[in-house]
Amino acid sequence: MDAGLFWEWVIKSLIIVLVLTGGFAYATLYERRVIARIQVRIGPNRAGPFGLLQPVADGIKLIFKEELTPAGADKVLFFLAPIITVLPSLVITAVVPWGDTVVIGGRAIRLYLTDINVGLLYILAVASISVYGIVLAGWASNNKYALLGGLRSAAQMISYELALGLSFVGPVLLAGSLSLMDIINAQKHLWFVVLQPAAFLLYFLASLAEVNRAPFDMPEAEQELTAGYHAEYSGMKFALFFMAEYIKMIAVAMIGASLFLGGYMGPFVDRFPWLGPVYLFLKVAVWLFVLIWLRATLPRIRYDRLMQLGWKVMFPLGLLNAVVTAFVVVLVGG
Amino acid sequence: MALGTLIIFAVLGLVVAGSAIGMLVSRNAIYAALFLVLNFIAVGVLYLILGAPFISFAQVAIYAGSIMVLFVFVIMLLGAEQLPVQEPLRGQRWIGLLAGVLFLLEAGAFFYLRTSAPQWAAEIGFGFESPVVVGRMLIEKYLLPFEITGFLLLIAVVGAIFLARLDTPVRGKGLGRHAQTGERKE
Repeated sequence: MDAGLFWEWVIKSLIIVLVLTGGFAYATLYERRVIARIQVRIGPNRAGPFGLLQPVADGIKLIFKEELTPAGADKVLFFLAPIITVLPSLVITAVVPWGDTVVIGGRAIRLYLTDINVGLLYILAVASISVYGIVLAGWASNNKYALLGGLRSAAQMISYELALGLSFVGPVLLAGSLSLMDIINAQKHLWFVVLQPAAFLLYFLASLAEVNRAPFDMPEAEQELTAGYHAEYSGMKFALFFMAEYIKMIAVAMIGASLFLGGYMGPFVDRFPWLGPVYLFLKVAVWLFVLIWLRATLPRIRYDRLMQLGWKVMFPLGLLNAVVTAFVVVLVGG
Repeated sequence: MALGTLIIFAVLGLVVAGSAIGMLVSRNAIYAALFLVLNFIAVGVLYLILGAPFISFAQVAIYAGSIMVLFVFVIMLLGAEQLPVQEPLRGQRWIGLLAGVLFLLEAGAFFYLRTSAPQWAAEIGFGFESPVVVGRMLIEKYLLPFEITGFLLLIAVVGAIFLARLDTPVRGKGLGRHAQTGERKE
């Protein structure tokens, strides 16, 4: 391995982390502004032009807040839980391509960190690890509300992980590969959302539940659980949970766009490879808008209904979709 | 073997062994479960370095991600964090230690008394680790074991459901769907 390749990887990883954390900051502003519009308010517009400095102000506020550790808390896990929550969300998009190859200074640079042949399996593995942070935060706080929130979120994430995994099967069967690059290339002419509407719907709902967003934000139901698993957290530790939630939103939007909406593909992307990241960014922005729109519109679903939807509707639908897709692929000879 | 690879394997091996020991000696069930998770992930990384990404990520997703989450979930739900200091089976710790020492002696004896130099395992072809090849192997070459495994897992699922439904109502007293809250079979 030559040194140039090594630095290329380091720089790409750094860019991914910076884009995700910067994206987190501006996703919060995006959400507050859009929700304000939907509720006929204006939203934060004081800090900087159009309120663009609001995330900076929020960050400074959170850094200077006092950090409390409850007396009965398990100190080690209380400290580790926010870190365990943030890390998977930062690394999960490592296999999502941003574009094809571009040339910078005579060196062909591929606009993705890595293209492994088990990319989707990697995403599932990292997603399944991210449950721990939330469960441990609930347990380590030594607070009944937090523990209930943690248990609820664990049950919810385990239940919807199955539907999430099954929704991956459709695109994988159509593309004949687990690599996200191959899946995107297979959508050159037709997006998979057209061929796999059921899988798309499954992915959309299951990913909402995986990132604990409304209407599935049961783990943090304010009215019944104060703030759920992060009730005892303050200052930067709370900010890490907040960060993980928004980065996960961006990550599911990126993965969903790659699986069903053609990823970085778009008109003229063959001739101008720099358009790839732009298309991906636009798709992610639209996806995030829909997530915010849903939060502003739908009431929270009741917990038993949530479990019933996951196990009795989405899981069988996913199985059926996998079987039907496999049959069609074999019959057509894809 | 290159020095860098050796160092990586040594560190990983230490993590694997250390987390396994931590799991055994930890008296808090949550910590024990977390040590086991760390162990599974470290073994997954070991698979990754050995060039088997499919097995590696399957290991992390299924063992570390799904099964252990259920363990942690049940421990928290039952509030059974504190493990008893006295083990229920007396003397098993000493038997375990004895077996460990015996095993170490056996490994050492094999290493020093072997008659031929250690052989490198035969190199497997490029692309052997790809999901396509693994899938073809499972469906074509090892179809029968694959099917038998699937059948065993199905039996396990049915058995689990049967165990969980022990509190079905007594026959004849109410078979409707509201009977679940009724009497329990003793």
